[in-house]
Amino acid sequence: MTTEMKSNTHNSSLSEQANFSNIKTKKNNCKILFLGFILILLSLQSCINKSKPETIDKPISDLSIYNLPSKWTNEESENLEMKDLKGKVLVMVMIYTSCKSACPRLVADMRNIEQRLPNKIKDNLTLVLVSIDPAVDTPKRLKAFAVENKMDGPQWVFLRSTEENTREFAAVLAVNYKKIAPLEFSHSNIISVFNADGELAYQQEGLGVNSDQTIQKITEEAQKIN
Amino acid sequence: MCNMKRFLPIFLFLITASLWSQVVKMASIERGTFVPLYGATSKKPVQVDAFSLDIYPVTNTQFLEFLKKYPENSRSRMKGIFADKSYLSQWESDFNYGAANLSTAPVTNISWFTAKKYCECQGKRLPSMDEWEYVAMADEKRIDARTKESFNNYILSWYEKPKTYANPVGYTFKNYWGVYDMHGLVWEWTADFNSVFLSGESRKDKDTDRNLFCGSGSVNATDLMNYAAFMRYAFRGSLKARFTTKNLGFRCAKDKK
Repeated sequence: MTTEMKSNTHNSSLSEQANFSNIKTKKNNCKILFLGFILILLSLQSCINKSKPETIDKPISDLSIYNLPSKWTNEESENLEMKDLKGKVLVMVMIYTSCKSACPRLVADMRNIEQRLPNKIKDNLTLVLVSIDPAVDTPKRLKAFAVENKMDGPQWVFLRSTEENTREFAAVLAVNYKKIAPLEFSHSNIISVFNADGELAYQQEGLGVNSDQTIQKITEEAQKIN
Repeated sequence: MCNMKRFLPIFLFLITASLWSQVVKMASIERGTFVPLYGATSKKPVQVDAFSLDIYPVTNTQFLEFLKKYPENSRSRMKGIFADKSYLSQWESDFNYGAANLSTAPVTNISWFTAKKYCECQGKRLPSMDEWEYVAMADEKRIDARTKESFNNYILSWYEKPKTYANPVGYTFKNYWGVYDMHGLVWEWTADFNSVFLSGESRKDKDTDRNLFCGSGSVNATDLMNYAAFMRYAFRGSLKARFTTKNLGFRCAKDKK
């Protein structure tokens, strides 16, 4: 790295000396810069190669949510599957953005949990909010909700899919919900913790309940990743 | 042209055969409205669009055919997230339902995921709870027999009868729509079984408690028809999608084009 940097600076000083009349040195300069980038990329690549095999070789376990084939869209309108979230502890909850009663508290519970987690494990987890009202909760709306609730950091993910996939995912989380009117659902208030293999590790039920155990479980699971 | 003529009867035969099998298997349910006994917050009628429903619950033979085509759903290959350990546990082995089970008996010990999968592989789907209840309120002659005492007594007496799941399909009465076994054989999965709030968690979930119990409180609680339906909703509310039990089967539905 340092030698590349040196050669780059060396070259640029050369070109300065040669002034703008000498195109050849400029070209060389570009070449060396390009080579430098390639080297950096290659070194990055080797890092990725080193860390990846463990996660790739390990088959998805029978109880893992990464078995689910459903396709989802996040708040940035990117398409993904559950297995794309693989490798981190997942803290999941099902909500809908037009909710007036339980969800604001459920969302607050999620935020409290996130705030109370030790900083050192925060890179090892993703907090996922899944919409039970995909018709209304477009990616745009989810994004706005994320910003409004100060949940637009990289650790937060908002997901939506078809009604059928949502129903299936709720079945996996043992979350019950029913549309009782336009823009109104009743739903169970469950926060689920999945380990890095996508297996359900813990569920917190109810609103505004003590989250100590949830936090302990998340921390435990997240520390296993290191 | 000559070729066409030769193949035409075969084509026609295939078409009629497939149509015929459709007709035999599914009953046509007309559009209508009804007030579900549970699950609705208001007393407003729910609309059910026209759809088709399997006349019988899915049998052991039919499910075996499905497993042969899609062996990833067989007992030994089933993933824990999609079905618990008792999945098809009454069968002798992966592809043999055994001598103890009738070929024409409804297949049970099936999880919601596998029931859903089966229907999807037939180009169908699970019926919604409203659709199921709508068909289930009919007796032999009437679309809605829920106020008829003998009808309710029949349903409730079944709840007390053990092991009806071992009977062949078509064992009970044919209802107004030409559908058999809505009561008296097995409980059945519905697509949105997880929209019922009756489980332990609902105690913490005050909103949903009210949604469910306020409605029922205003109806005469001793009402038999209410009680029969309450049993079904309570059962659904106690289920999880990977659960399998020996008195729980399913049938498929299809949208009408």
